[in-house]
Amino acid sequence: MTGRDRLQDDAPVVLRLNDITKTFGALTANDAVSLSLCRGEVIALLGENGAGKTTLMNILFGQYTADSGSVEVFGAELPPGNPRAALDAGVGMVHQHFTLADNMTVLENVTLGTRSLWRPGLDRAAARAKILKLAQDFRLSVDPDARVGALTVGERQRVEILKALYRDARILILDEPTAVLTPQETDDLFETLSEAVAKGLSIVFISHKLHEVMAISDRVLILRHGKLVAEARTEDMDKHRLAALMVGSDVAAPEVAPSEPGAALMSLQGVVTPDQGNAPGLKAVTLALRAGQITGLAGVSGNGQAALADLIGGLIQPAAGTLALADENHPHWTPREAVQSGIARIPEDRHKTGTIADFDLTENAILESYRDAPFSRRGWMNWGRAEAFTRGVIDTYDVRCPGPGTRIRLLSGGNMQKLILGRVLEAEPRIILANQPVRGLDIGAVNYVHSRLLEARDNGAAVLLISEDLDEIMTLSDVIHVISEGRLSPEFPRGTMTPAELGVWMAGHGFDDEVAHAS
Amino acid sequence: MDILEILLSASFWTAAIRIASPLIFATLGELICERAGVLNLGIEGIMVAGAFAGWMAVYSGMGLWGGVCVAMAVGMMFGLIHLALTVPFGLSQHVVGLGVTLLATSLTYYAYRLALPEVTSPPKIEAFQPFEIPILSDIPLIGPALFAQTPLTYLAFILVVVVSLVLYRTPLGLALRAAGENPSAVEAQGLSVTGIRMGAVIVGSGLMAVGGAFLTMSAFDSFFFEMVNGRGWICIALVVFGAWKPGKALLGAILFAAFDALQIRVQQTSLGADIPYQIFLMMPYFLSILALIVMSRRAEVPAALMVPFNKGER
Amino acid sequence: MRLEPIANPTLARSISLPFAAIAATVVIASLLAMAAGANPFAVLGLILKGAAGSKFALLETLNRATPLIFTGLAVAVAFRAKLWNIGAEAQLYAGALVTVVLGTGALGWPSGLLLPTLAVLAMLAGAVVLLVPALLKVRFGVDEVVTTLLFNFIFLLFISMLLEGPLKDPMGMGWPKSARLIPEARLPRIFDGLRLHWGFALALIAAGVVWVIERRTTLGYEMRAVGLNREAAQFAGIPVNAVLIKTALLSGGLAALAGFSEAAGLKGNLTLDLSPGFGYTGIIVAMLALLNPLAVIAAALFVAGIFVGADSMSRAVGVPTYLADIMLATALLLMVLAILLTRFRVVRE
Repeated sequence: MTGRDRLQDDAPVVLRLNDITKTFGALTANDAVSLSLCRGEVIALLGENGAGKTTLMNILFGQYTADSGSVEVFGAELPPGNPRAALDAGVGMVHQHFTLADNMTVLENVTLGTRSLWRPGLDRAAARAKILKLAQDFRLSVDPDARVGALTVGERQRVEILKALYRDARILILDEPTAVLTPQETDDLFETLSEAVAKGLSIVFISHKLHEVMAISDRVLILRHGKLVAEARTEDMDKHRLAALMVGSDVAAPEVAPSEPGAALMSLQGVVTPDQGNAPGLKAVTLALRAGQITGLAGVSGNGQAALADLIGGLIQPAAGTLALADENHPHWTPREAVQSGIARIPEDRHKTGTIADFDLTENAILESYRDAPFSRRGWMNWGRAEAFTRGVIDTYDVRCPGPGTRIRLLSGGNMQKLILGRVLEAEPRIILANQPVRGLDIGAVNYVHSRLLEARDNGAAVLLISEDLDEIMTLSDVIHVISEGRLSPEFPRGTMTPAELGVWMAGHGFDDEVAHAS
Repeated sequence: MDILEILLSASFWTAAIRIASPLIFATLGELICERAGVLNLGIEGIMVAGAFAGWMAVYSGMGLWGGVCVAMAVGMMFGLIHLALTVPFGLSQHVVGLGVTLLATSLTYYAYRLALPEVTSPPKIEAFQPFEIPILSDIPLIGPALFAQTPLTYLAFILVVVVSLVLYRTPLGLALRAAGENPSAVEAQGLSVTGIRMGAVIVGSGLMAVGGAFLTMSAFDSFFFEMVNGRGWICIALVVFGAWKPGKALLGAILFAAFDALQIRVQQTSLGADIPYQIFLMMPYFLSILALIVMSRRAEVPAALMVPFNKGER
Repeated sequence: MRLEPIANPTLARSISLPFAAIAATVVIASLLAMAAGANPFAVLGLILKGAAGSKFALLETLNRATPLIFTGLAVAVAFRAKLWNIGAEAQLYAGALVTVVLGTGALGWPSGLLLPTLAVLAMLAGAVVLLVPALLKVRFGVDEVVTTLLFNFIFLLFISMLLEGPLKDPMGMGWPKSARLIPEARLPRIFDGLRLHWGFALALIAAGVVWVIERRTTLGYEMRAVGLNREAAQFAGIPVNAVLIKTALLSGGLAALAGFSEAAGLKGNLTLDLSPGFGYTGIIVAMLALLNPLAVIAAALFVAGIFVGADSMSRAVGVPTYLADIMLATALLLMVLAILLTRFRVVRE
C-alpha cells in the first residue's frame, strides 16, 4: 500500500527548495538545504527534534524568511515570507500545533481567508457543499457546523487537512501528523493520504517515527543539525540505517532491566474529577503506583491525562473517591502538600508550568522548596544557600549554562528539563510523576531523562510515566494503563499487549462502562 | 411622582436612549478592538479627545457631520498610537492604554487652553437637533424614545446592526473574530494578524471618539473638563456585560442608561431629598461593577485577548 | 517584522535607548510649546528652574514627590505581581479620610503615639479599599483594572458626601472641607525653617522597606513569581491567591500613606482636591522606575520636578500646565518602548 509502484520516473517536479539557509541568532536551523518533490510523490523528512524540519517547512510556507536560498512551486519562485503566496500556489500545511479558532465552526475555520475580506456575505451553502464533497472524496468525515472547540483531536486534524484541500492545495505538508493519533486513526490518515496521492497531490511528511516513514514514503530525506545528511529511496532503506543516520551515531538507549515492584505508595480508589472545559475529568479511576515500578499511561492527548496529572500533582482534589498515600488519606490536597509528601512532579509543559522564564536558575531551582530551611527561615530568604544548592544541581545533572544567575529562558529545552529533574529528584522523592518528560528533546537528552527515571525506579521510587508516544511507554513501563475519556483500563504487565491492542483501548473500546458509572 | 410613574413616562425613555447613545458608540468601538484581541484602555482619553475635536471643529465653522468626521479622525490617530505600540511590539496593553488615555486627555486640555485661553464658561455650538421620524414618533412611549432623537442616536443604532452583520456575516468579521481567538489560525490562512488588529483598533478608536463627540454635539452643546467622567471605563464593563456581542452590548447600554436616567429623576422626588446626591451618582459605577461580577462567570472571553502575536514565534 | 530576544544587551544599548526616549519627549514638548507661541528653550529652561532652580523650588519638588513616592511604590508592588491596581487614588483618599476622622480631636493622644497610630490605621483603610477588587478578582475573576478604576469614582463621591455631611467643617464657611487636624496629628518638619515634613523621610524609608521585601523575603519572591508566570507559580505550590491578597494589602497600604502624609504633613485637612491625581501619576512613576522600589524615588522626583516646574513656567509665560501631563504621558509610552528595545531586536521579515 505504498506509492512506490504508482510513481513514474518522469513525474514532473512540483516543488523545489534551493540552498535554504536560516539562522536564529547563533543557531543555524537550516544549512543550505535543497530538496525536490515530484507529482504524486510522498517524501518523508526525518530528523530529531531540533534538526530543523519544522523551520524548513515554515520557510516553504512563508512563515519564516530564509537568510538565503529560494522556493519554487510548479516552476515559479515564491516570494519569501508570504504565506498567502504559498497558499495561492497550491501549498497546504497541516501544522503540528493546530491553527484553529475554537469558538468558530468547522465551516468558518475552513473558509477563513478564502474569500476577499471586502466581499459581503459568506456563501455558506456553497462552502458547505464543497466541504461535504471533499470529506466524501478523501474520507474525512466531519460535521461542517460543529464548533471546533467540541471536536476530538483526530477530528481537528481532519479539519486542518480539509482547510488545505478546500483551497485546492496540490502539495500537502504534514508536520508530525501522527503524534496525537491512535494507531487506528493513523491508519485512517494514511488512507486519506493515499487517496490524495492517487488524485495527483504530492506530500511532504515530517516525522521522527521510523515505521511510519517506512510505511508511507517513496523517498526519505534526513536532516541532522540543520543539514541534509542523506537522501534515498525508502525501499533501499531499513529502520536501523535510518535511525543511525538520524542520530549521527549509534546512541545506546538505556537498558531496561526487569523491576522488583514493592508496596503501593499511592492509590486512587474510584476517583472522579470534574471536566475542565473540553478536557474530560477522571471517571471512577482506580490506580496503584508501586515502589520500584514504572507505570505507563498511554492514550491520545486530551483524554484525562491532564486531570490525572493535576490530581497527583495536587492541583485538583478528587470530587469523589479517595486518594491515599502509603500511610495516610489526604482530604485537603495541594501542590505544596504533594511536594512535602515526597512526590516529584515533572510537568508536561516545562516553559509554561515547569519554569519561570525570566527567573534565573537559582530562583527556578527553589520554586517548590523556597519556604523550607535552609532556603528561607521565618520568611527571610537565604540566597546564599539557594545558590549553593543550584550549583550542586548544575553539576550533578550536567545542566549546561553560564551559571546559576542565568535567566532560564536562555537555556535549551534539554538543559531546562535537567534543572527540573534536579529540582525534584534532589528531594529524594518516593513517587515521581513524569508527564511527557522527553517531549521536544533530542536523543541525548531523552536517554538522559530515561536513565534517571530508571535509576529512581531501581532505588525504590514509584514512577508514573504519562506520554503520547506509545513507543516510549512500551519501552520503559513495567505495567501499562490506557486512558480514554477519563476512564482507565486495567493494568497490563510488560509485554502482554501489542501496539494495535493498546490502540483499541486508546480509541475507547473495551472499557466496562458499568464500572465507569458505578460510582 | 413614584418610580412606576417615571418608568411609564416618555421623557424618561427619551432620556435613557439619549444617555445610552455615546455608550453605544464607544462600547462598539471597544468591542471591535477586543474581538480582534486588543484591550483598548485608551478609550477614556479617546472619548475626551473626540468630544473636544468634534465640538471645536463645529465651533470653528465646520458643519456638524464634518465635526463628527474630525472627531473620528482624531480618535483614529490616538488608536494609531495605541496599536503602533501594542500590536507589532506587543507591549503591555494595560500600560499603553492608560498612557494613551493620559496623552489624549492632556493634549485635549492643552489644546482647549490654547484655543480658548481666557474663557470662564465654554462657548456653545448649534448642536444636532432631534429629528422626529413621521408616524413612528407618534407611537406612545416608544415613539418619542426611539424615533424623536438626534441623527447621531439613529446612527448608533444602525451601527449596532452593521457591526453585527460584519462580525457574523462577512469574511472580514470571520477574520477579526479568529484574530482574537487564535491568531495563528489567521496567519496559517494567509491573512495578516497585524493588519487585522491594526484595522480593528483604528476603526474601534474612531467609534470611541464619535461616542465622545456625541456628548458635545448632541447631548450638550459645549465642552467641559471632566465631561466624559469615567464613561469609557463603563463601556469596558459593558463589553464584558454584553459577552462581546453587539446586540447584548446594546441591551446593556440601554439598561445602564435607563438606570442612570432613573436615578436622576428619583433624586428630584421626595425619596431623593433625604439621600445625599452622591449616592445616586455612585450608582452607575456600582452597577458596572455588579454587571462585571454577574457576567464574569459565563462570558466567553476572546481567547487571545491581550495576547500579543509575534509572527513566527518559536 | 519580528522581535528577537537579545541574550546580553550591551551597556550602550541599555543606556542610549531610554535616553533617546527622554530626548524625544523633550522635543515633543518643545514643539507643543512653540504651538503655544512660546520659545521652547525658554519654556524648558523655566521648567528646569521652577523645579530645581532655587532652594524654594527644590523643596517644592521634594514635597510634591512625597505622595508620588508612596503611590509609585503602591503601583510598583502591585504591578510586580501583575495585580493591576489603578485605584491608588481611592486608597490615597481612604488614608487621608482616616487621618482626619481620628486626627481632628477624636484621639487626644500625644504626637508620638497618635502619628504612628494614624499611619497604621490609614494603611489599613487603604488596604481594605484595594482588598475588595482583589477579592473580586480572586473569587469571581473580575478584571481589577476596571473595578479599581470605577472605585476611584465611587470613593471620591463618598468623600464628597462626607465633606458635605458629617465631616463638614462648621467653621468652613460652607466649603466642603474637613476640620483641621489637631497639632499632635501634624507631621513636623524635618529641619526647622525648611518647608519639608517627615512624610518625605517616611517615603524614603518605605521605598527601602519595599526593596527589602521584594529581594529578601519569601513574600517578595512569591510576588515576583506570581507576576512573571502565574501558572508555574500555582504549579510549584505558591499560594497564588493568598499572594495576590497580600500584595493588594501592601499596595493599598502604601497608597494610603500618601493620603496620610498629604493630610498630616502638608494640608492639615481633607478637601476634594487633596490629590490632583497622585494615584494615577503613581502609575507613571512606577513604570518609569521599571517597578524597582529604589528607582521609584528618582522617578518620583523627576515627575514632581516636571509638575512643579511646569506650574512655575505656566505662571511666567502662560503656556498651559497640561504640558507637564503631556510630557509624562509621552515619556511613559516612549520609555516602555525603549525598555523593550533594549531587550529585543527588531528583525525585518
